[in-house]
Amino acid sequence: MNQSPMLQEELRAALQGGANRRDLLAMLMAGGMQATLAGGLAATALTAHAQTPRQGGRIRVAGASAGISDTLDPARFANQTDYSRGRMFYNSLVELDRQLSPQPALAEEFHSADAQTWVFRLRRGVTFHDGKPLTPADVVFSLLRHKIPATGSKAKALADQIATVSATGPLEVTVTLTTPNADLPVILGTHNFMIVQDGTTDFSAGIGTGPFRVQEFRPGVRSVAVRNKNYWKPGRPYLDEIEFIGISDDGARVNGLLSGDLDLVAAVNPRQVKRLRQTPGFGVLETPSGQYTHVIMRSDMGPGRNPDFVLAMKHLFDRELLRKVVAQGHATLANDQPIDPSHRFHFAGLPQRPYDPERARFHFRKSGLAGTRIPVVASPVATYSIEIAVVMQHAARRIGMALDVKRMPGDGYWSNHWLQSPVGFGNTNPRPSADTLLTQFFKSDSPWNEARWKRPRFDQLLLAARAELDFDKRRSLYADMQVMIHEDGGLGIPMFISSLDGHSQRLRGLTPHPLGGLMASAFAEHVWLEGS
Amino acid sequence: MNLLILRLLLGRLALACVSLLVVSAVVFTITDLLPGDAAAAQLGQEATAESLAALRHQMGLDQPAPQRYVRWLTGLLSGDPGLSVVSGKPVGEMIGKRLPASLLLAAITAAISVPLALSLGIASAMWRGSWFDRLASSGAVAVVSVPEFLVATLAVLVFAVQLRWLPALSYSNPTASLTDMLRSFAMPVLTLCCVTMAQMLRMTRAAVVDQLKAPYIEMVRLKGASPTRMVLAHALPNAIGPIVNAVALSLSYLLGGVIIVETIFNYPGIASLMVDGVAQRDIPLVQTCAMLFCAVYLLLVTLADLVSIVANPRLRHR
Repeated sequence: MNQSPMLQEELRAALQGGANRRDLLAMLMAGGMQATLAGGLAATALTAHAQTPRQGGRIRVAGASAGISDTLDPARFANQTDYSRGRMFYNSLVELDRQLSPQPALAEEFHSADAQTWVFRLRRGVTFHDGKPLTPADVVFSLLRHKIPATGSKAKALADQIATVSATGPLEVTVTLTTPNADLPVILGTHNFMIVQDGTTDFSAGIGTGPFRVQEFRPGVRSVAVRNKNYWKPGRPYLDEIEFIGISDDGARVNGLLSGDLDLVAAVNPRQVKRLRQTPGFGVLETPSGQYTHVIMRSDMGPGRNPDFVLAMKHLFDRELLRKVVAQGHATLANDQPIDPSHRFHFAGLPQRPYDPERARFHFRKSGLAGTRIPVVASPVATYSIEIAVVMQHAARRIGMALDVKRMPGDGYWSNHWLQSPVGFGNTNPRPSADTLLTQFFKSDSPWNEARWKRPRFDQLLLAARAELDFDKRRSLYADMQVMIHEDGGLGIPMFISSLDGHSQRLRGLTPHPLGGLMASAFAEHVWLEGS
Repeated sequence: MNLLILRLLLGRLALACVSLLVVSAVVFTITDLLPGDAAAAQLGQEATAESLAALRHQMGLDQPAPQRYVRWLTGLLSGDPGLSVVSGKPVGEMIGKRLPASLLLAAITAAISVPLALSLGIASAMWRGSWFDRLASSGAVAVVSVPEFLVATLAVLVFAVQLRWLPALSYSNPTASLTDMLRSFAMPVLTLCCVTMAQMLRMTRAAVVDQLKAPYIEMVRLKGASPTRMVLAHALPNAIGPIVNAVALSLSYLLGGVIIVETIFNYPGIASLMVDGVAQRDIPLVQTCAMLFCAVYLLLVTLADLVSIVANPRLRHR
């Protein structure tokens, strides 16, 4: 059911205001919904109301990493531990819903006539944790600091398209871009662009507008967040306190959950899922996401110069087997293009490429590479890449192709092997917008164009889609790009990997979000503890 | 005897300074040889040439390596180990926050494992060849042969997940009550005792047995001393040298070598700080931790030598 969060919020408000089933039906029918569908929806809304979120309580949560580089500076947020803390203490201008469309947050309203000049109207009455009101100056500071190299921003490449940011009214900020981008609000909804206070240099106090305030923050050890009583979202957050720690050991995280020391743990190993599901009192939140691990075949050196080799490799993935065995079923099949099925711009009309050893053999023979050993670089930091490489090696041997799988340590893999090796594995985390993903990894002049795949027509389509404000036109442009990558791109993408989080059954309100586990790291303001 | 101790101390001090200098140079070179640097580690997959250069400049990594080393060394000599290149905080402060937790864990473990290992070792030596001796010796070998991650994980599965007696994670929570603290320390201390006790026990047994075979023990027995007196008053003082050295080795491990226990029990100690420093290529932090571990090791070994001189009648009366 394609139920927007806006509608859910409206329904909840109406229910709390004492609406009955008939009122709800009238409301939904007024919204142009078919009677049967509206009936079903009203019923779900009523059951949802039966488990009204409860206020109060304290939970302990463990992320998968902790270290001295833990930070509360949004520009330097690097992993889920940072993002989760960020979502406790800060807000973004917009929030991304489950279709990854931007919804109002600190910006009550945003619009653009030409996708190049964007006007954001800020919400009235929002205050920072220290009591100061949110002003356009804070937004200007928060956005422009990403452009300064010394900030060390992870989002600098994205921020470089911003030309100017200026306060154009008491509650209005205008952003102009160097080139039009219809996805600017989506980009500003990502973790690194959370809003901080103007002039902040030391971020360890975590002064933001978010649902929780910092009580304690010790990098590499833990953070304690306490409820922000003046939070601008009425009724939120539900919890009084959240302690967040990072435990890098998979087993220790799950044991901490099972022993009752933790209420929510990130990144459960797929092999532990059964154990958690079979233990009464615990559950697993599975989040199908856009994360993928892929084979990169560079088109400027090595065997990848030969398009027949690339096609042979793409036909060598036994995707169903990889999904079942390597990911233990916690993945969705991919089709050698990077936009996952949950995304609003996914092109479902593209036929799935099958596992076809005969076609692979045909293309491999045609490539004239028979008899040569082909080194393939893999590493534990590219999730499942070693397992995928080994399965491919077996399949390759059966068509006479000799893949030489080279396991590399995780340390330094990204700087020394990824982007450097002729054939090797990469791993890409979910990106909020199709445009960001395609620009970073497929545009001809991008430094992260992994396969050095250069197609002027693709670049034209990309720029056209970026400047296009009409949804249907954009969708057809993105469909064309997906077909191009599927047909002759240098990446073999076997599957999209789901995120798995473990939780105690007492913790309610968890729902999957395609940007990744822990509700795209934003669980803090959505979850509550069931009364005991 | 005082002259002997003074000479030993001065010699050790000079040697310690040289060792520390050599260790610092070796650690610096090796950390510098590792692929990537702090800027690359921090930016990871998102690194571009431009952002790398900016971050390197900000971290001071664009200066040549020898210059960075000399600056760190002169800083350390004046009492300031410098700033962490990753977090920008003073290294001294970062270590200062973690060190008490590590020292506490080490102290509790030592307070339990040392007396237990020594008494078990002495008892085994006294009743050597008996079922008790065989049980203690083979038990020690069995326990030390099981890797500590297995001991720790099994302990968690049994005591935390199944029985729910003890918490699976240890926090250094200052507000916790004494019982909570004891409960959270139980499993880390148990695991560490398993690892450290075996060597002390076996060394004690071997050293005492060795003395018991010596001719002067026969003399002691002939003059009619009880077996307890024979071991405690006559054999043990002569065996103390190897025993305190084994104890010193085990204790020095408790500070920097407990990374597995810190990881499994999420204990915020100093070993994980250093490992983290290596992963993030935070050279000042790694260097300072290495200096600290090295200094503690030298201190413990020197103490062990002092104790063996003071306790040994033959050395004492020279």
